[in-house]
Parts: sequence; C-alpha cells; structure tokens
Amino acid sequence: MGGLQVPMEHVQVFAGMLFCMGLLGLMLRRNIIFMLMSLEVMLNAAAVAFIAAGAKWGQPDGQIMFLLILAVAAAEVAIGLGLVLQIQRRFKTLDMDAANRLRG
Amino acid sequence: MDLIALIPALPLASAIVLMVAGARLPKIALASLGAGSVGVAAICVAISLLSFLQDGEVRLLHLWTWLQVGDFSPGVAFYIDGLALVMMSVITGVGFLIHLYSIEFMWDDESLARYFAYMNMFVASMLVLVMADNLLLLYLGWEGVGVCSYLLVGFWYRDPNNGQAARKAFVVTRVGDTAMALGMFLLLTELGTLDIQALMSAANSTWDVGDKLPLIACLLLLGGAVGKSAQLPLHTWLPDAMAGPTPVSALIHAATMVTAGVYLIARTHELFLLAPVALEVVAWVGLLTLLLAGFTALAQNDIKRILAYSTISQIGYMFLALGVGAFSAGIFHLMTHAFFKALLFLAAGAVIHCLHHEHNIFRMGGLRTRLPIIFWSFIIGSAALAALPFTSGFYSKDAILLAAWELPGIGVWLWLGGLLGALLTAIYSFRLVFIVFYGEAQTEPDRKPGWRMSLPLTVLCILSIVGGWIALPLTAVFPEAPSTDHNYTIEAIGISVPLIGLLIAYLLFLGKQISLRGVTDSGVGKLLAAFFFSGWRVDALYNAILVKPFKGLARWWRNEPIDFIYGLVIHLSQWGHRGLMTMQNGELRWYATSMVCALVLLAAIVLRQAL
Repeated sequence: MGGLQVPMEHVQVFAGMLFCMGLLGLMLRRNIIFMLMSLEVMLNAAAVAFIAAGAKWGQPDGQIMFLLILAVAAAEVAIGLGLVLQIQRRFKTLDMDAANRLRG
Repeated sequence: MDLIALIPALPLASAIVLMVAGARLPKIALASLGAGSVGVAAICVAISLLSFLQDGEVRLLHLWTWLQVGDFSPGVAFYIDGLALVMMSVITGVGFLIHLYSIEFMWDDESLARYFAYMNMFVASMLVLVMADNLLLLYLGWEGVGVCSYLLVGFWYRDPNNGQAARKAFVVTRVGDTAMALGMFLLLTELGTLDIQALMSAANSTWDVGDKLPLIACLLLLGGAVGKSAQLPLHTWLPDAMAGPTPVSALIHAATMVTAGVYLIARTHELFLLAPVALEVVAWVGLLTLLLAGFTALAQNDIKRILAYSTISQIGYMFLALGVGAFSAGIFHLMTHAFFKALLFLAAGAVIHCLHHEHNIFRMGGLRTRLPIIFWSFIIGSAALAALPFTSGFYSKDAILLAAWELPGIGVWLWLGGLLGALLTAIYSFRLVFIVFYGEAQTEPDRKPGWRMSLPLTVLCILSIVGGWIALPLTAVFPEAPSTDHNYTIEAIGISVPLIGLLIAYLLFLGKQISLRGVTDSGVGKLLAAFFFSGWRVDALYNAILVKPFKGLARWWRNEPIDFIYGLVIHLSQWGHRGLMTMQNGELRWYATSMVCALVLLAAIVLRQAL
C-alpha cells in the first residue's frame, strides 16, 4: 500500500458528518430540489463509508455496494425529478409543505 | 268446499296485488279491487251460509299441515260452524259496506292503494281468526289483525301523535296477547293439542269443574281477550286508536277486531264452563268496563271518542253476557252492535267529512236539515245503541239483561249494573244526537255525501232495525240456555230504562229544561267532569306507574356498568385514533424527522443492550 494513507476513522467521521449534513438538509429545507440534493448527499456519504471500509479490509464488496448505491441514486434522481415536475405543475410551487394533502 | 278457502284468499290476494302494484294502478282500479274482493268474499260467505242453513252440517277444510314438531302438527285448517259463519257474515258483509264507503271517504287521499291494501289484509286476517280450526292459526289471525290495526291507526303517519296512538294500541294489546300465548302454551303442555274441538273434549275428559288448571288457562286466555276487546284494565288504547281514518274505526275498532275477544271466549266456552270463577271474572270485567266507559262517554266532546267509549261499553255488555253463560246473547249483541256501531261510525265519518274534519261536537249543531241522510242514520243508530224498543240493539241487550237477572247469586247486581249502563248509554248517545243535529248551526257543511256513502248508511240503517229479528244458527254451538218463563216486570223495566235515559237527555240537551251549568260549575262537579273526561284518569295512572318508571329504567340502564366497559374501549380507541391522526399530517419533512428520531431511539436501545 503506497501513497497517502488516510486513516479509516477519519473517513468514517467524514462520512458521518456528510450524512448528518444531508439529513439536516432533508429535514430543514422546504424546497424539494434541495431535499433531493440532500438525499444525494446522504447516499454519497454512505458510499464513501463503503469505499473506505472496502479499502481497509481489501474486500471488493465495498466497491460493489458503491456501484449499487450509484444505480439507486440514478433511479432516485429519475423518479425524483419526475415528481418535482409534477409538483411544480400541480401546486405551482416547489415548497413541500404546500403538498400536504395526504394528511389524515 | 273450495269456496271456503276462497273466502280469506280473495282479500289476501287483493292486498298483495295492491301492495305490489298499487302505485301503478289507476284509482278506480284500486277502489274496485279493494272493495270488490271483499264483496266477492261476502257472496262466497252467503253461499256457504245458505248451504249451512239447509243441512246444518259443520264443514272442515284441511288445506295443508302448517308445521310438524313431534306430535304437534297444527294445520292450516278451517272449521266452519254456525258461530264462524255468523262472524264471517259480519266481517265480509259489514266489511264490504265499509269498503264501499271508504272509496268516497278516502278518494282524495294520496295513498289510496296503501289504505285498501291494509284494509284487505285486515279482512283476510280477521277471517283466518274466526275460521281457524286450531288456536295457533287463530293466533296468526289474531296477530295479523293487530298489525293491520297498528298500520291503520297510524295511517296518517306524518302526524307524530297518530304514530304514538298506533304504538300505544299495539303495545297495550301485546300485553294481553302475551297472556294469551302463555295460556296456549299451558293448554298445549297439559292437553297436548291446540286443535280447538279436540282441545275442548280433552279438557272435558281431563278436568273437572272447578279445577285449578282450567281456571289459570281461562284467565290467561281472558287476558288476551281483554287486551283485544279493550276491556278493563287494557282498554286505554281504543279511544286513542280513533286517530285512524273513520272507516277504519268503523271496521276494526267497532264492528270486527275488538269483538275478537268475545269470539275467543265464545269459541272456547267449554273450557270456561269448567272454570266458573273465570266466567264470573268475565262478567265483572264486562260490568265494570261498561259502567266506566259509559260515565266517560258522557263527558267527551270529540264525536269519535264518544263512539269509542260507547264501543268499549257495548263490548262490556258482550262480556257480561258471556260471563253469565248467555253465549248466544253475547254473539247476538256482537252482531247487532256491528251493525249499529258501524252505522254510527260511518255516519260520524260522514259528518266529519262534510265539516272540514271537525271532531268537536260543540262546533257542530243544526245539521238535522242540512244532512238529512246522516241525521236519520244517527237517529236509527243511536236508537239501536240505546236499545230503544223494536231496534236491533233492544233485542240483544234485553236478552243479556234477562240472562243476568236469571243468574242466581250475583245476577241481581250484574242486572242492576247493566240497567245503569243502559241508562247511561241512552243519555250519552242522545246527547250526541241532540248537540250535533239540533240547536244553532256552528259550521256549514261544504259538501253532501255521495251515493257510495249513502248506500252503506242506508243498508246499515235497515240492518240496525231488522237485525234483531235474525235468528242466529248457534243452537248447535252453545249449550241450551235454560228455558225462561217471561218475567214481564223485568222486561218492562228493561224497556223503560232506555226511555228514561232518552227523556233525561232530551231535558238536559235539547229542551234545556234542566241546566247543567249549576252542577258543572260547582267545585265538585268540575272535578267530576274532568275526572270523567280523562277516562277516570286511567291513562295518567298507567303513565305514572308503568310508562314513566319504564322510561326511567331504560334511561338509567343506558349507562349500565357492562356497557361502561365497552364504552371505555370505544373511548380509548377513539382517543388513540385522534392521536395517531395528528401524526398523519401529510408533511414530508415531518415524516422524515420522525423516522430519524425513531431510528436514533432504536439505535440507542440496541447500543445500550450491546454495551
């Protein structure tokens, strides 16, 4: 193993911080585009954690999981953008709090 | 034979057709179907009656077995003897006249089809009642007429008072019906059959005169009869039942259904003869009822309520007759009463019809010249009701009073009470006539009765006069009455008492020779008048001791402890539902946050256990 060694703990802390940032963004932002972006951030945080773990133990599973997350993120964006378009069309706004018609 | 089966089947079929297709038929078809079916049934009865009079043969018709439980297999079977034929003739004959009258009376009503359907169903049930060969089938007819009475009393159901009256009629008679059902159970368990003829012979061979069991059975059956025939103490429903259309009152609450109790006792008279105490109770019930109703009728001012109380009073005479063992006289009075009381009710209905639904007799008056047909109907009907000489009511009532006089022991008292009742009858019936038809005119009639009203009135007038000369074919049914030598003193008293009553009524209400003002304005008089007007406060008494406690109990038990537990479950789940509902608020960010919180919580629990 050559090159710059980043300790795994650092990567995990970074991934955790990234995840929390995404989570906070998801909970606090009202604009649906920002919420989607926050989701992407959370997915990527998980992906970073997998990559780091895979590198640490020399296992390919981490990278396989990354590829899987990539595919999930792509699908999520496709559906999410579709939803964004529909919400914009229906409610003439991107504010998610306006789209609360499913309240019981 | 098949003619007999047709008699109840015709009105029943017509009722079904009217119920199913009544809305689509034109009015004239409804009317001809409703009245026509009863008319054809009347012709069938007449043919059966003629053949019975020729050969005197009791006819049995077993149609099919109704149900089969072990040895108990009551059939839908008819037993046609003289008694049944008399009743059938009254039901279909008077019934047809009333149906004919109804066509004109009810013509403008929006639910003519419903009216005739109920009326036909009533006639069919009543025929089943009197033709039945076993007590169970009789009970079917008994309940059938009760239902039809309920439906017809509450016919104008938009007024809640009418519904109240209908419910009262149904519930009060139900008290009696329950007693009657118990009596039937007792007879079935003791004697093993409900077939009336078999029952009577079994009773005669099993029990002796004065045994306890026949007494209990008779008293229970009497309970049913008292409820249906509006006798003390279950008479309170009949005055209220006047809420129905007047032809209904004439048919159901004067001529036929209310006499079902008399028929029941006459039909099971062999059983009652085994229990002399029960017969005595019948006599006293009749006497008390006829006096109470007579006094009450004196104070009423609603034309139909006067007639209702007089019906109760006259049925009291029939019970008195049964009680003293003069069964034929009781049935005879039943028939003549059916004629003259139907006449009076139809005439009263015509008055009401012509006077914009006016019921208060003090707002009538002077109708003698304006409505002559109705006036003469009323005169004849009241004369028969008061038992003036040579009217039909005279012969039947005289027979009853004579039979009461002949009874040793209590007979004298029954006879005296009956005489007092006859005096009251004459006073209240002619009070009605004098106030309604003489004096100053208060309300102008706006129409004249047409032929469909006049014809039944005329026929019933004739029957009310000549009805006393009809010899009933009852000799085979009832035990031979002890032959009596004519007691002219008693008969003279019997004749003179109604005439005295007529004179009193004339002096009080027409000639105004004696004024009642002084009496009714005094404190005691006022109190007494109010007491009589309210029907001796029986309604108030029942309200206080039965209705109010029952309602209170019902209200109290609405919060019973067991219900409270289930109520708690309901409240808990509703409360939980409301709590969970606030979580489903449709806010995406709220969902995300709650998921995060839950995950953190779960992770904390898991970690806590792991460490």
